Amino acid sequence: MSLNKNQAQHIAMLARLKLSDDEYAESVEKLSKIIDFVDQLSAVDTTDIIPMAHPLAAAQRLRPDDVTEVDNRDHYQQNANEVVDGLYLVPKVLE
Amino acid sequence: MRADWEVVIGLEIHVQLATKSKIFSGSPTAYGADPNTQANLVDLGYPGVLPVLNKEVVRMAILFGLAVNATVARRSVFARKNYFYPDLPKGYQISQLELPIVESGEIHITGGDGIEKRIGITRAHLEEDAGKSIHEGFNASSGIDLNRAGTPLLEIVSEPDLRSAKDATTYMKKIHSIVHYLEISDGNMQEGSFRCDANVSVRPLGQKELGTRTELKNLNSFRYIEKAINIEVERQIDLIEDGRKVVQETRLYDSDKDETRSMRSKEEANDYRYFPDPDLLPVEISDEYIEIVRATMPELPDAKQARFIAEYELKSDDAAILTASRFLATFYEDIVKATDATAQVAANWVIGDLGGALNRDGLDIGDSKISSDELAGLLDKIHDNTISGKIAKQVFEAIWDGEGSADDIIESKGLKQITDGSAIELVVDKIVASNPTQVAEYKAGKDKLIGFFVGRVMQETKGQANPIQVNQILKDKLK
Amino acid sequence: MDIYHQTLAELCVGLEKGDFTSVELTQSLLDRVAVEDKRLNSFITITATEALAAAASADEARANGNTGALNGLPIVHKDIFCTKGVKTTCGSKMLDNFISPYSATVVKKIANAGAVVLGKCNMDEFAMGSSNETSFFGPVRNPWNLECTPGGSSGGSAASVAARLVPAATGTDTGGSIRQPAALTGTVGLKPTYGRVSRYGMIAFASSLDQAGMITRSVEDAARMLGVMAGFDKRDSTSINQAVPDYLASIGKSIKGLRIGIARQHFDEGLDERTRTKVKDAISVLESMGATTIEIDLPNINLSVPTYYVVAPAECSSNLSRFDGVRFGYRAENAEDLLDLYCRSRGEGFGDEVKRRIMTGAYVLSAGYYDAYYIKAQQVRQLIADDFKEAFFNVDLIVGPTTPSPAFKLGDKVDDPIQMYLNDIYTVGANLAGLPAMSIPCGFVNDMPVGLHLVGPHFGEEVLLRCGHQYQQETDWHMACPEAFK
Repeated sequence: MSLNKNQAQHIAMLARLKLSDDEYAESVEKLSKIIDFVDQLSAVDTTDIIPMAHPLAAAQRLRPDDVTEVDNRDHYQQNANEVVDGLYLVPKVLE
Repeated sequence: MRADWEVVIGLEIHVQLATKSKIFSGSPTAYGADPNTQANLVDLGYPGVLPVLNKEVVRMAILFGLAVNATVARRSVFARKNYFYPDLPKGYQISQLELPIVESGEIHITGGDGIEKRIGITRAHLEEDAGKSIHEGFNASSGIDLNRAGTPLLEIVSEPDLRSAKDATTYMKKIHSIVHYLEISDGNMQEGSFRCDANVSVRPLGQKELGTRTELKNLNSFRYIEKAINIEVERQIDLIEDGRKVVQETRLYDSDKDETRSMRSKEEANDYRYFPDPDLLPVEISDEYIEIVRATMPELPDAKQARFIAEYELKSDDAAILTASRFLATFYEDIVKATDATAQVAANWVIGDLGGALNRDGLDIGDSKISSDELAGLLDKIHDNTISGKIAKQVFEAIWDGEGSADDIIESKGLKQITDGSAIELVVDKIVASNPTQVAEYKAGKDKLIGFFVGRVMQETKGQANPIQVNQILKDKLK
Repeated sequence: MDIYHQTLAELCVGLEKGDFTSVELTQSLLDRVAVEDKRLNSFITITATEALAAAASADEARANGNTGALNGLPIVHKDIFCTKGVKTTCGSKMLDNFISPYSATVVKKIANAGAVVLGKCNMDEFAMGSSNETSFFGPVRNPWNLECTPGGSSGGSAASVAARLVPAATGTDTGGSIRQPAALTGTVGLKPTYGRVSRYGMIAFASSLDQAGMITRSVEDAARMLGVMAGFDKRDSTSINQAVPDYLASIGKSIKGLRIGIARQHFDEGLDERTRTKVKDAISVLESMGATTIEIDLPNINLSVPTYYVVAPAECSSNLSRFDGVRFGYRAENAEDLLDLYCRSRGEGFGDEVKRRIMTGAYVLSAGYYDAYYIKAQQVRQLIADDFKEAFFNVDLIVGPTTPSPAFKLGDKVDDPIQMYLNDIYTVGANLAGLPAMSIPCGFVNDMPVGLHLVGPHFGEEVLLRCGHQYQQETDWHMACPEAFK
């Protein structure tokens, strides 16, 4: 088992996922299998190989600095559960 | 500052770039719009949307890099900084980590100890701003406004080269002046266009290794920065002298209580899981483009100050004041070009009278109630003896108060200088006749009394007599 | 021939000749979907009203002489493409109530070409799965055997095309999600070159691997669809500004002299024996048509699955952070505080496989593991891409099996993620390297279809389509219809 429950809980917290105890047990087992599986990469010699972040070797295209969007707030907020005075509501954010 | 401690400060300055549209979307960036009316699909992080980089943002970053003598990266990469927060709609901020667009720059400041020093700029990188949380007025909830989300930011990170709160504000003012000169930011601190975090630590004088640092967040005025740093330094020294330890943490300055306090201590250490943003390709900048940008570089504060000293023979302090803002420097130079008065006279007026009036009324140079042309005209009136310097101050105030042009005011108030010798002679005779004791003393060798006579003549003529003529005529009469 | 058996090309002729109108065609397919999809579960949303309106406009446009490449032709979209005013779920409870306020570029292009969209297809949740069993809306069934999976993640698209509910469907492919279901359902599935089709409005799974494509019954129809879907999009930074060739014009050319690469690694022990025979037979057909085969070596290709299962989860863990219950999507009720809102909205809104991948991704990117997993995988990814590059110096395309075996039974691999992931062993390489690849039917094993996999160099779609189309001129595997849907 390459992963323990504490690690699984830490990752779940990083990813903001609430899991039940049963889910944790299953996660630990399956994630361990996955991690063991991908661990085979560690045996590959990758000395001096540049990590490949994109499948095509292209450069970023730049957009002219033009305002192209108009206010569409009411439309966009139809998918939100709680909106007051145009603001999205969340439980109080503590500084 | 306590003598046996050394303070070490590094600043992270967040400058909002003055683009029309956001860094990765075509939404407007204007300040103060109704909540979420400038937050469109990309800014809201809607499923399926993608970022496209604003060209102007790249130009501005290059311009800044060149201005601080830095290396502009021919290839820079955007990365995602992952964390959850309501003002961060995608759950990650697009920023730059390993390959920032600007690296290894420097500026020079006159430090708190009066010595000029080099302050290294580690890097300046591009990123998107977050939205805002509004805590009041929603009971147990906070309201989220994402208008600011996606506004372009240039984060300028200094080396830990600053040694006092005074150093820090001087450095920050200089950066402020540079971005203003470059016209890449409005630098408005009230609106959050120019914000600063400070990394502060202390160590016993002579110790090599750095002490544990704390990060002071969101210092939004030059005054608060200085106060916050000084308070934090005291706090850290007290802790260490008490045998306790400084904890590495983020602290917030509370200007009401004038103290710094720890921000919520997070249960988990920050683990931002940075990785290259797969939605954006590497930004490649050609040598040719850098040269095109370089060709548009305006004269910067240091160069302008040196030129003012050389060309206008100004005192260094005066030149520094006049070049602190690009607009003020231009205002001053416009006067110098238009007037026959000397550059130093013009400087005295701009710094003294104009500066005083702006200060008194709480105005910026851009809001001056007297134009450079008007002020130049006023200085000409002194220069050609139409009015005296003293009368000119009255005229200045009248123009400031909107009473009309210099000519109109001089005419309507009858302030024109008396240069008619015979008219002055009449007054001089009268003063000499009515002060026999002083005349006798003067003639007995008390030369300083000439000032007394001049004063009386000026009083009698309401200041309108030409002081040089008055002097000459008095000396003749009192021989 | 019943109208639903016809391909896009055939329907196009019928519409042109006035044998039927688009409204008649649309109504007849909607009727068929209403009845037959009960057995398949391939649709999440049926947009009958919008479809009939679009069909009426298409008929009117045809009467006025303006006809787009897909004018009046019925298609379906995988429910990963944002469609304005229509529910777009991505197969997830998280987006069960999500009405997209905008349309994906692909959706717009297809609409502009005059197509009639019958609805949105079922899929693995957020495209994460190889069997369609991770969908919140239940698994899709394989028309060839209702106890089997149609594959995934574009399982609804593949099943609906295979069952003759619709002649063509859009799909997306991150590790094989178009080609694997195409292989398992006896349809044609094309994943174009990364950057060929815009990703704007396609809900992201793994941004550096995702690519939109299509599932059709003939290669000719795939060429027609690609001509509409491909092209530069200024809203997608990874979209490539390169002219779109006339794909239909080039498919008719002979494949004489075509150099076909055969990689030893594609025929290793993991491959089902009878599938191997079918693939070898297909290669013989291509040789008989004048193609030459050349042995090539892809030494690192066996590392492609572990590489993929680092890169894709890493990107997905970040891409799916936007689903937090605040601006759209599922929101947990009665949250105690902000953390509770986040953790429960996401914990309750995402299914098991999605949560597992998010956690895998968070793990491989987390402090202390980033270099060992993420950077390492990106380096191996480079090695794999280099192998392909090297191979394409000598060959025009690479041919092999699409999947190790035909469709498996629903439930067979649910409990073993690694066995499930190994379904992608022959397909993920093309995603890692950004190459175009296609699966076409090449026979049956135990009455279940087998797919032939063709991989081309960057922007080599023409050669894939030509080879596939020519093969379909010689064979009729693609004409076969599942007995239960005749």
